[in-house]
Amino acid sequence: MMKERKTVIECRNVSKTFYSMAGDNLVVDNLNFNVYENEFVVLFGPGQCGKSTILNLIAGLEKPTGGEIIVSGEKVTGPSPKRGMVYQTTNLFMWYTVMQNVEFGPKMQGVPKKVRRERAQKYIDLVGLKGFEKHFPVKLSGGMQQRVGIARAYANEPELICMDEPFGHLDAQTRYLMEEEVERISNSDRRTVVFVTNNAEEAIYLADRIILLHNCPTSVHKEYIVDLPRPRDYTSPDFLALREQITAEMDNTL
Amino acid sequence: MNTEKINTAKKQKRKYQIISVLSVCVFLLVWYLATAVFELAPSYSLPSPVKVFNTFLTKLHSKAPDGATLPKHFISSLQVAMLGYLLGAVIGVPLGIAMGWFKTVDKIVRPVFDLIKPIPPIALIPVMIVVFGISIKAKAVLIFFSTVIPCITNSYSGIRQTKQIHLWVSQTFGASNMQMLFTVASPSALPMIFAGLRVAMGSSWMALVAAELLASTSGLGYLISIGRSLLRSDLIIVGILCLGMINIVLTAIFNLVEKRFVRGGKDE
Ligand SMILES: Nc1ncnc2c1ncn2[C@@H]1O[C@H](COP(=O)(O)OP(=O)(O)OP(=O)(O)O)[C@@H](O)[C@H]1O
Ligand SMILES: [Mg+2]
Repeated sequence: MMKERKTVIECRNVSKTFYSMAGDNLVVDNLNFNVYENEFVVLFGPGQCGKSTILNLIAGLEKPTGGEIIVSGEKVTGPSPKRGMVYQTTNLFMWYTVMQNVEFGPKMQGVPKKVRRERAQKYIDLVGLKGFEKHFPVKLSGGMQQRVGIARAYANEPELICMDEPFGHLDAQTRYLMEEEVERISNSDRRTVVFVTNNAEEAIYLADRIILLHNCPTSVHKEYIVDLPRPRDYTSPDFLALREQITAEMDNTL
Repeated sequence: MNTEKINTAKKQKRKYQIISVLSVCVFLLVWYLATAVFELAPSYSLPSPVKVFNTFLTKLHSKAPDGATLPKHFISSLQVAMLGYLLGAVIGVPLGIAMGWFKTVDKIVRPVFDLIKPIPPIALIPVMIVVFGISIKAKAVLIFFSTVIPCITNSYSGIRQTKQIHLWVSQTFGASNMQMLFTVASPSALPMIFAGLRVAMGSSWMALVAAELLASTSGLGYLISIGRSLLRSDLIIVGILCLGMINIVLTAIFNLVEKRFVRGGKDE
């Protein structure tokens, strides 16, 4: 199955220790994995194991204390517009409208207004927020806010999008809708995605490949290739069997 | 169902308005009864509302006994207040923002600022009179001081309270330091900045009246102090009510401006 696939992310022996007065806290311990072009990889691990830390390292918001991360052949040394991020909590710019939020990335790159408006509109439509362009985020529900966050990351057209438990705070119903939404978006606008979650169902529904993480200090515990046909059915026997298997393995990570 | 809600809200509002008007009427009535009917206080110390209203009407055009008509005093006070306030805001807000964002600016300005900050502006009145004499300049500088300090303080802490996550977001979109300042830090500090401007409005108005009471040749504070020396309490009350009214109008204008600039509302 593997031919020559372009590697987008290479994590080589990555470690991260937080130093503080209270003592050193090793959170990521010798982490190694690759992500290939247009792959949808889910990082799946128990709460507080260091998932957000790994994404922050990839995004360049934190620096590794050991090893290195290569994205598209370049070593990560700081944040870059080539690597988009959707965060765990909603963090839209409350003082901007939906449109102004989504066009923020291209605007920072100096893309002319007409072009960036068109591009932002495309992604606003894609996440199903047509008609809400002039609304301020406070007026939107949690699910809608996360959609704006997703559109904002996509509108910058990065090589790589990191999503950190974007649906963690949503109720189950909205969560299913959003998962379908992400599935649909990544079908029509194929990109390399690293998606973090601690929900097995969500992981299996979305992933091409699941990387199961150890508890803190974290590293790769096990990998699963998910080749169920898409869109996946939460209740199919294959889905349930895989879910069973991963949940059981999860207990071994602790 | 929605229109029903709006209707009840409207009814509530109407009810509140009626109560407000009633309460003011009762206040005026009690005042009238106490002074004009039962004469609980001599009319030179507490005049009746009718007398105050008459004084108000005559003062609209008459220059006696203080040398200027009411609108003249009114404009004089407002002019000085606006001059000092705008100057204070135009310098204070950018300075506070710069101190909050650039470490070097903070280091340079901070020592001087910390020295001036604890001085109550009213205590500066004698200094201003010595330096500038009894002039519009003295009052404007005084108001400048009472405006610039809350403006700096609030703009500074507004910028400092910018959320790390918002800065991160803008960094992952490749924003430069200046872009971050203008598109993220400043707008997120805006509610704080406006709170500072509001505080400054109150304190500068207070400083102005104090200055006019102490040393002045015009303005509403001056009118009040003349009223005091002539035992014309009707004049004093007219002055006070005008001060109150100006404040209400200024606050209303301020709210409109704030609504125009602070958009989107708060997080969470
Ligand atoms: N800036 C920091 N300074 C010190 N310790 C940190 C910092 N960021 C994270 N940690 C520690 O690293 C550990 C992992 O945190 P992280 O947020 O990466 O976990 P997570 O898997 O994303 O958790 P969650 O499931 O709650 O999202 C935690 O114990 C936390 O205390
Ligand atoms: Mg996390």
